[in-house]
Amino acid sequence: MGKERVAVIGVGQTEHRATRGDVSMAGLVREAASRALADAQVTWADIDAVVIGKAPDFFEGVMMPELFLADALGAVGKPLFRVHTAGSVGGSTAIVASQLVQAGIHQRVLTVAFEKQSESEAMWALSLPIPFTPPLHAGAGGYFAPHIRSYIRRSGSPDHIGMLVALKDRQNGLKNPYAHLHEPDISFDSIKESMMLWDPIRYAETCPSSDGACALVLGSEAVADAAAADGRPPAWITGTAMRSEPTLSAERDTVLPLGGALCAADVYRQAGITDPRRDVDCVEMYVPFSWFEPMWLENLGFAEPGQGWKMTESGATALDGDLPVNMSGGVLCTNPIGASGMLRFAEAALQVRGQAGDHQVDGARTAVGHAYGGGSQFFAMWVVGADKP
Amino acid sequence: MAEVTLPPSLRDVEPVRSVRTPARLDYQFTAGDATSRFLRNVARKRIVGQRAPGGRVYVPPRGADPELGQPTPEEVEVAQVGTVTSFCVVNLQFYGSVMEIPYVSALILLDGADLSIMHLIQEVPADEVRIGMRVEAVWRADAEVEPTLESITWFRPTGEPDDADVRIPGEDHGTGLGSWVGGVAPTAALVRNPRTGQGGPGGAT
Amino acid sequence: MRDVAVISVAQTRHRRRVRELNEVEMLMPAVHGALDQVGMTIDDIGFTCSGSTDYLAGVGFSFVSTLDAVGPWPPIQESHVEMDGAWALYEAWVKLQLGEVDTALVYSYAKSSPGDLPMVLTRQLDPVTVAPLWADSISLAALQAQALIDAGKATEAQMAEVAARSRAAALGNPHAQLAWDRPAAELLEAEPLVGPLRRHDCPPISDGAAAVVLAAGDAARERVERPAWIRGIDHRIESIHLGLRDLTVSESTRLAAQRAGVADGPVDVAELHAPFTHQELILRHALGLADDVAVNPSGGALAANPMMTAGLIRIGEVATRIAAGEADRGVAHATSGPCLQQNLVCVLEGEG
Repeated sequence: MGKERVAVIGVGQTEHRATRGDVSMAGLVREAASRALADAQVTWADIDAVVIGKAPDFFEGVMMPELFLADALGAVGKPLFRVHTAGSVGGSTAIVASQLVQAGIHQRVLTVAFEKQSESEAMWALSLPIPFTPPLHAGAGGYFAPHIRSYIRRSGSPDHIGMLVALKDRQNGLKNPYAHLHEPDISFDSIKESMMLWDPIRYAETCPSSDGACALVLGSEAVADAAAADGRPPAWITGTAMRSEPTLSAERDTVLPLGGALCAADVYRQAGITDPRRDVDCVEMYVPFSWFEPMWLENLGFAEPGQGWKMTESGATALDGDLPVNMSGGVLCTNPIGASGMLRFAEAALQVRGQAGDHQVDGARTAVGHAYGGGSQFFAMWVVGADKP
Repeated sequence: MAEVTLPPSLRDVEPVRSVRTPARLDYQFTAGDATSRFLRNVARKRIVGQRAPGGRVYVPPRGADPELGQPTPEEVEVAQVGTVTSFCVVNLQFYGSVMEIPYVSALILLDGADLSIMHLIQEVPADEVRIGMRVEAVWRADAEVEPTLESITWFRPTGEPDDADVRIPGEDHGTGLGSWVGGVAPTAALVRNPRTGQGGPGGAT
Repeated sequence: MRDVAVISVAQTRHRRRVRELNEVEMLMPAVHGALDQVGMTIDDIGFTCSGSTDYLAGVGFSFVSTLDAVGPWPPIQESHVEMDGAWALYEAWVKLQLGEVDTALVYSYAKSSPGDLPMVLTRQLDPVTVAPLWADSISLAALQAQALIDAGKATEAQMAEVAARSRAAALGNPHAQLAWDRPAAELLEAEPLVGPLRRHDCPPISDGAAAVVLAAGDAARERVERPAWIRGIDHRIESIHLGLRDLTVSESTRLAAQRAGVADGPVDVAELHAPFTHQELILRHALGLADDVAVNPSGGALAANPMMTAGLIRIGEVATRIAAGEADRGVAHATSGPCLQQNLVCVLEGEG
């Protein structure tokens, strides 16, 4: 009884674009999964179970699409499991998959998350009329912008912090060949001049809408040891946690949600992290609107209350800072919604495996992946390390 | 990838890259008990929320106290004036939206309620809207009032002094909630447990 | 594997159309019924997992607001599957295996009534080749039934026997939506609905909810006299493409049953998620059930078929019978997708 060790032994992702018209939905998940299998040097036959996640089915216009994707995922005759926890789903899907190994049920699990927003129309899917509720705001930006304004007021942050985050993440994205947005001409001024969509959120401070998929192969201790012996370092999963809280509750703080902080505290405890700022080498956090970087820095214990923006402003979260954040370019560069959480988790794994290419953080041994969803109410996090726990 | 051998008749045919398959599904929704009662009152130009067992008043009520997961049968009429707790200025013409841009979408804490509702603010330039501004409901003409929140066309400033200390409800009830103070993680005991009455600001256990 | 048991089960009375309640209002009595029966609150629960689907609700992220039924405050450890609640129970069972928490709440719900269910389910099919044909769920089941009859593995009379037995059993089920006592021979006089299926071969369309509490080891023994221990649980999927499958057998059920250890002991009771009568015949065979096994004493999905919930209810029904001492060992089954595409098998046992 108790938990077995588990590690990421293969990482794969697609090229992300606004429209991946060159592949079907099956082709998209297959592209990410095949790359993860190749990276892990395992075949489809080696996989014991498949765990898939994505955000609302209306994005593609297919109900429970894992049913028709069973063939493409090589899952026929195997267990196929589908997770949906709103925007955090990519993270929670990887966690559910890791638990299948930790519980000793399977040796090698393939987990995949995807979104092919171009199949349907994401704006349509996100703005399906909610029965009995007038359409008085405008999508996710309209929902989150007032929370961001509250953060700015509460923290006394100057207005330019969000733009600094957007600039940093877009510049990081230039180093990531898989990123959706590659904007070599991006500058502080171009961000500042971009249209104010949901004041205080400018266009250049928002995430794109992407087609894409991410896949991981998770292996048991024996499997990961074998990979390590073969010169392919595993990313050991040293902590996983999820927390949820109600959307519309008078008790909750929508800017710095208690659930997010409890999730972080739980995952650090498991991973033996006592001082997150000191003990963590880099973080991929879910930042769909630039201002969420300083907010999450506070929520996840990297900064004192009201001080997150100062960390951003100081350059601490840059690729060469003392706590690089969103080395891959993050959600601001790539946002296939259902896969966005898993891409965070995958980047954390790439970093501790030393395989992050041009956006590698030197000497990264401990990395955090973070995802959130709903009205800042669903949280999923993991910690991965280069060292076997 | 295995090579696909096409029959001769298909060899020179351009491959199909995509197909359009329009789908239409019609749904008939039921409002449920709490929403029905709320909307019937709206049709009478009254804003009636429900009081949760813990004392918080929810407007609009959705049938469940989100802290206890219990029904909230006690109805409480709240004021039609309130305070802006936060807002954004929308400059994007949104699919399905009927607004003229720019418009202000605001979180408004009605007097007597414990959670802000989202609604529009008009009759004031967008760049003059402030957190803490006092606003009041503007209803459609009597003949056009229906059981929908759209019967309130928007909110407008009352001209009262701002409530300079207004905070979002959760921030007000807790003490930082999701903040780490002195490097110490928050705990669930930071908030009052609605079932046991334990915990909450002040550290009472 | 760690010993994990079902210790509490609650469900709503399922109905064709629950007009007066929204989903969260419909769900609350089930969730709190399951907790109250064992004197627990959400504070006593280590992990919560639910199953539902947006396409039935007709709203994206529909599970978000129904979480309020639980009262997730302070924040809880929670997850959701876009699957039947039986798979939510599987996730909770896995979580309990890790030894960090000892209890779990599992719930699921659906209103099928807002949309046209057979049409909504067509959206599950291959979006390029099949979904545009709007091949509805009853017609696909009818194809399967015809294949079964053509293979000489079932007759319309046997199917009518399943309907007659299930609906009569449902008379004793207070949660049932459809219950009556009519002889099979009389049923065969009806015209086919979608040949060879007659109306009695098809499930009702239901709105409803269910909840289950799981507990591990002593946490279970402390709370109930006779926990229903999960001795094995497994699930498998097949291709959605009906042309790639032998529709007269359920290979994924057979595999899951093997992994769950159905054949490792005698089976007193089986609750099979067979929405259509002929599917019970396929499943009995795939599970290797002896002729004397009591199948669907609750009436099964033919008595009430709340989508995303009917599978979880099967586990609940077996657990309830074990808890009551009416059975020592039982098999529960859940299905998803067209023509039994995906199947879960759970073996439950009373102590000793």
